[in-house]
Amino acid sequence: MRFIVPLAIFIVLVVVLAVGLKLDPRYVPSPLIDKPAPEFTLTRLADPAAQVARQDLLGRPLLLNVWASWCSACRIEHPLLVELARREQVEIIGLNYKDTREDAAAWLKAHGDPYRDSIFDPEGKLGLDLGVYGVPETFVIDAAGVIRYKQVGPLTPEVWQQEIKPLLARLAQPRP
Amino acid sequence: MKRAFPALLLALALGRVQAADTPFEFADAATEQRYHKLAAELRCLVCQNQSLADSHADLAQDLRDEVYRMLNEGRTDEEIVGFLVERYGDFVLYRPPVSGTTSLLWFGPLLLLLGAGVVWWRMGRARAPAAAPDPDEAAAIAALKRSRNEES
Repeated sequence: MRFIVPLAIFIVLVVVLAVGLKLDPRYVPSPLIDKPAPEFTLTRLADPAAQVARQDLLGRPLLLNVWASWCSACRIEHPLLVELARREQVEIIGLNYKDTREDAAAWLKAHGDPYRDSIFDPEGKLGLDLGVYGVPETFVIDAAGVIRYKQVGPLTPEVWQQEIKPLLARLAQPRP
Repeated sequence: MKRAFPALLLALALGRVQAADTPFEFADAATEQRYHKLAAELRCLVCQNQSLADSHADLAQDLRDEVYRMLNEGRTDEEIVGFLVERYGDFVLYRPPVSGTTSLLWFGPLLLLLGAGVVWWRMGRARAPAAAPDPDEAAAIAALKRSRNEES
């Protein structure tokens, strides 16, 4: 009987440590989920004279993908975005974060442009309001402009299949 | 080597100064003090074990700029911290508020201490009866001691 207590402590420790190993310490839960996307007025990446604002994001669910030409992990996820834009019923808006127009345009030309629209945020102001801390980041924003999901780091086919695609399907249904 | 050492020390000292140095100019000493206090209490999200004051990450620089900007706008410490918590969550705080999700963080160590206390107390109790040996054993020990004393 005397070995029960140490054994129980050992098992509890193993379980706690095993769970701890599986958790991603870099994952920061966003306080913005289920909150309205922030107000902004910026310009289009392709056209410094064309303004784009929060209201341009309303009316349909979409993905907002935060990226930069200096971001190496963005290159990893980019083929998936290009494929999604071509094959899936999803609108992807790009948020070019702390970049230059020239670098960003050259990057899109080289790697493909999956974005219906691209927002240019050279100072990272919208990025700050969105709590961006590690590009790439991808937000799912519903038709009412509410943030429903946030992916930090490269989008993967698993995340798309298991999280974002079902969420978009739910969002596409008219509200009761 | 001997000459390299002072140079190394100097480099380290300069590095230290650079990290602590802020390019900001403050209206008064009190504001500067508030800035340093805030920067030390806010956590950098990129290098998570550093405060905004320590971190050289781009994001930390951006957030330092924001803190500085808001200080100059005359916002209170609570408003500045609130601004960052709204965007990045309690994660940016080195001293998060007590809530459902942080209760384990706050009270976990206390629970561990309590658990250890219980185990210690139980072990003490389990050993207590052994402190009083039964009469036969006591007699045997006494006999053994006596025989030893006679030998020496």
